[in-house]
Amino acid sequence: MVKEIERAGLPVVHLCTVTPISLTVGANRIVPTIAIPYPLGNPELSPEDEYKLRKGIVTKALEALTLEVEDQTVFE
Amino acid sequence: MSKFRVVHYINQFFAQIGGEEKADIPPEKREGAVGPGLAFNKAFGDEAEVVSTIVCGDSWFNENLEEAKNTILDMIREEKPDIFIAGPAFNAGRYGVACGSITEAVKTELGIPAVTGMYIENPGADMFREKVYIIETKNSAADMRKAAPKMAKLALKLAKGEEVGASAEDDYIPNGIRKNFFEKKRGSQRAVDMLLAKINGKPYTTEYPMPDFDRVDPQPAIKDLSKVTIALVTSGGIVPKGNPDHIESSSATKFGEYDITGVDDLTADGYETAHGGYDPVYANEDADRVVPVDVMREFEREGVIGKLHNKFYSTTGNGTAVASSKKFAEEIAKRLIADEVDAVLLTST
Repeated sequence: MVKEIERAGLPVVHLCTVTPISLTVGANRIVPTIAIPYPLGNPELSPEDEYKLRKGIVTKALEALTLEVEDQTVFE
Repeated sequence: MSKFRVVHYINQFFAQIGGEEKADIPPEKREGAVGPGLAFNKAFGDEAEVVSTIVCGDSWFNENLEEAKNTILDMIREEKPDIFIAGPAFNAGRYGVACGSITEAVKTELGIPAVTGMYIENPGADMFREKVYIIETKNSAADMRKAAPKMAKLALKLAKGEEVGASAEDDYIPNGIRKNFFEKKRGSQRAVDMLLAKINGKPYTTEYPMPDFDRVDPQPAIKDLSKVTIALVTSGGIVPKGNPDHIESSSATKFGEYDITGVDDLTADGYETAHGGYDPVYANEDADRVVPVDVMREFEREGVIGKLHNKFYSTTGNGTAVASSKKFAEEIAKRLIADEVDAVLLTST
């Protein structure tokens, strides 16, 4: 899906936990996430800390959108 | 002659421990064959026997790749096996990646003949086809009866040091290795035969398939986030409560488009996941854990981004065919462009 959206002309960031799959599939901007059932959260944290965690990952993804990439890049 | 000792790797599901709610169990070792191991014992006959089975949750393996590999390698080493088999994983993505990773580690680090099996569209197939022998299976466990004998046959060949045939002969996914051999007809004759067949619209098989590098170049970066509209898309199956479009929990045939005008937060009352390939508890409690509407709204209010697009798109990426995903995304992209969206964050579970 990532590839088709990018092919259509939209820059896209793939947020996912298993980054090797994303690399195989062909995403160009990749941001690693927390866990498969909760990529952008962590149920063990307090709601406030969990929100902060999510905000951090989304911030990273937005930054990835503003950076030129030549090739597949994982934004650790 | 004594039997070859076989260690078998399977996931929590095939060990009958549980489904997605048990996908986070760490590796454990059991004596003898478990689940599909019985089919392997039958296929091995009196030549080999599963002496030990290692079970690990699919999520645990993928979320702890290095630790998983090391722990499981230690467990395998203790058994001093002659053969290692993993899976088959059919079309289960995380299971396929786990099988490929551990098979590669056994082959390279322990030097033990190792074979796994999976469906050609399993992401593990592309990742590991050039590194290990992967027997090609169908996309569901109904194929176990046929897959186990193929895996057993190749594993025995490797253990005995016999020559492995071409991928088409020994049923593994082509690994890109070519071997020299003498054809019955010389090249010019074969080329003319092929050309005639092509002109006549008859089937022919090329001897030199072109590699399929389907890569898309990255789009240029966004210059100023505060002026753009960003859309959220997910393969994590987040839908309004009740799943109004009846998106399938696996092998999805459609995607959903959901209006979030005025929605600041995906609450448990309003949203849930339709995805059948991961433990849904956490996404059902708070779907922002998969589609971060709450954070994006804050960024929108603060002017960090211009706008969050008023629709999000969702499907379940669980055993869904590559061709379907491609079709969904083409349509989603068309709608996003028509709505003047500038960029996309796509989340996967």
